[in-house]
Amino acid sequence: MDKIEKNQNYNSKFKILVFGFLFCIYPSFFVFAEEFSLQGFLQTNYSVRIADDNPQGAKQGNLILGEERTQFKASFYPQKSKIGLFVKTDFYHDWVEDEWASDFREGYLDFVDDKFALRIGRQIHTWGVGDLLFINDVFPKNWEAFYSGRPLEYLKMGADSIKLDYYCDIVSIEAVAIPNFTADNLPSTGRFHYFDPYPAITYREMDKPHATFDDTEYALRFYRYIGDYDVGVYLYKGFFGSPAMKADNFNSPSAISHFYPELAVYGASAQRSALGGVVSAEYGYYDSLDDRGGGDPGIDNSHSRFLFGYQKAFPSDFSAGLQYYGELTHQYSQYKDNLPSAFAKKNELHQYLTLRLTKLLKYQTLKLSLFAFYSPDEQDFLLMPEATYNFSDNLQAALGANIFAGADDNTALGQHNKNDNIYLSVRYSF
Amino acid sequence: MKLIKLFFVVSLFFLAGFGQRLSFAEDNLSAGDIIARSRLAFYYAGDDGRARVTMELINKAGQKRVRELTMLRKDYAEGGEQKYFTYFYQPADVKDTTFMVYKYPDKDDDRWLFIPAINLVKRIAANDKYASFVGSDFTYEDISGRKPDEDTHGLLGKEQINGKNCFVVESMPKSAAEYTKRISWIEAENFLPLKEEFYDKQNELYRRFEAIEVKDISGIATITKRVMKNIKTGHRTEVAFQEVEYNLGIEDDVFSERYLRRPPLEWIR
Repeated sequence: MDKIEKNQNYNSKFKILVFGFLFCIYPSFFVFAEEFSLQGFLQTNYSVRIADDNPQGAKQGNLILGEERTQFKASFYPQKSKIGLFVKTDFYHDWVEDEWASDFREGYLDFVDDKFALRIGRQIHTWGVGDLLFINDVFPKNWEAFYSGRPLEYLKMGADSIKLDYYCDIVSIEAVAIPNFTADNLPSTGRFHYFDPYPAITYREMDKPHATFDDTEYALRFYRYIGDYDVGVYLYKGFFGSPAMKADNFNSPSAISHFYPELAVYGASAQRSALGGVVSAEYGYYDSLDDRGGGDPGIDNSHSRFLFGYQKAFPSDFSAGLQYYGELTHQYSQYKDNLPSAFAKKNELHQYLTLRLTKLLKYQTLKLSLFAFYSPDEQDFLLMPEATYNFSDNLQAALGANIFAGADDNTALGQHNKNDNIYLSVRYSF
Repeated sequence: MKLIKLFFVVSLFFLAGFGQRLSFAEDNLSAGDIIARSRLAFYYAGDDGRARVTMELINKAGQKRVRELTMLRKDYAEGGEQKYFTYFYQPADVKDTTFMVYKYPDKDDDRWLFIPAINLVKRIAANDKYASFVGSDFTYEDISGRKPDEDTHGLLGKEQINGKNCFVVESMPKSAAEYTKRISWIEAENFLPLKEEFYDKQNELYRRFEAIEVKDISGIATITKRVMKNIKTGHRTEVAFQEVEYNLGIEDDVFSERYLRRPPLEWIR
């Protein structure tokens, strides 16, 4: 009898302990749940070249992009702590290369204080006021992803970097140091047709900036909101994102190599509500440090980039955006005098006009959009129509196309003439 | 006896005075005054405020989409400039997205959107005040208010809704607006809109707003549950306000690019 009572006693004590423990852990679990977040998506993404004229080295016929992908995004920002952690990583199967691979998109540590914030690790930086036109945003971009119908977020790539923010009423500062250079990802052999002035020379060495103190990139942004304007001033010292060319003789080369020339950019931007919409302007001076004289045909000359933008929203969920963009080459006569015959000749002022139209329908579950680039001087364009439908909060599909055309096949967009593609992506978010 | 008489007279005086004030409140307020006071009660409660908002977007077939967000608001002048900061928890693909609005009484808003996937702060055009807010049945104007002098108002009378005395006010836009006529039932005691009906160009009722639950929060009457229904499409949006707080002393710099990019954790949890 005693024994049973003891057992019961023990049982109830155990129960109290368990309930007590659960009682304690239960609210803390919810606190923790608020601080820790795990999300992601499953996605299929296909892009098919419309014409059957595939580039040399095409592995899967017309298939430019074919993949199943999953993304995990985890963050942990404890309450009342100055430290936080964020990781975003993708795993995918690529049908073109027929391989499984992973893509570590972002991963960083945050230290936040009253006036300062420090972020260390792989992170995406985005500056400037252009819409798909970049002047002071010199950070790595994936143009192949953009031209093959991946979701827009894949245009930007993470850079392994340290970022220090200083917040102040007078002016806030964002300072970035990138010790490990990441180049832009350009349309690649096998997936895309592109212009190459020397197609006969297939062996090319590529020299990248090294992860050394000397090759560290620095970027600074000063910004504030003043008198209805968002104003920014930008400084950058690093490298061109796309490679330049070195040749033993540009007129009849026997050996070619590529490298990333040094670049400095000094710029500014302003943006405000005006004319019933939003007006933007941005300028950047591209100082080509390795070719200040402008005589080296393999390296871009120093040039000025500028843009003016206007966007307006109309009733019934319709909006439109227009941009004018110009690229003015400095030392143009040196450029012209040294230009090899195989190269495409750039105009002194190279321009783009862009148009964005967006219409939302059915309680914003259906989005129809068009983005168009048109260059009046190179006479080429890119049209990007897209329809996106949300079947539910979690399930979304996008169907779109990239249509390139140009008078010549050696201009920036005209070279992609045969790369017209239709793409589909279906994403389940969790 | 004299004392009793005096007491009686004084009481009468007070009663009369009180009665007079009551009748003043009810009879001398113009329809425009009622709408103006309603706007302050509904959109300018406290000097600042915070709420965790759940919106359920429900279509005719009963399919539901959910928007969950925290909204911070700070008033700079009663009936004047305001700043809003919104942080989204749901749906999953917009989590961590933030949205900031500087609202001015006499010109278009300034609006910024932060898209975390590409770390982009984007300034967005703001003159679409009749556009749907996040795909719901509420327009931006429904969310942030409309200036009383944009309409001409007429008092249609008084009615009771759920036992509450309400003014019934008809408002006609002076220039083209999202509706051609709006009728509002405004509670006499706290000036909150308990019901609103919106008429379209055919003069047909097409949207109806209803306050489902009103709570006293720190002495401020607050609509904590509301629904907007589109009569013509059958689509409706049910909104619940939780964790509502007023007069928190939200700092000015919360409404800045800094916090768009890094949401202010102390306010959004």
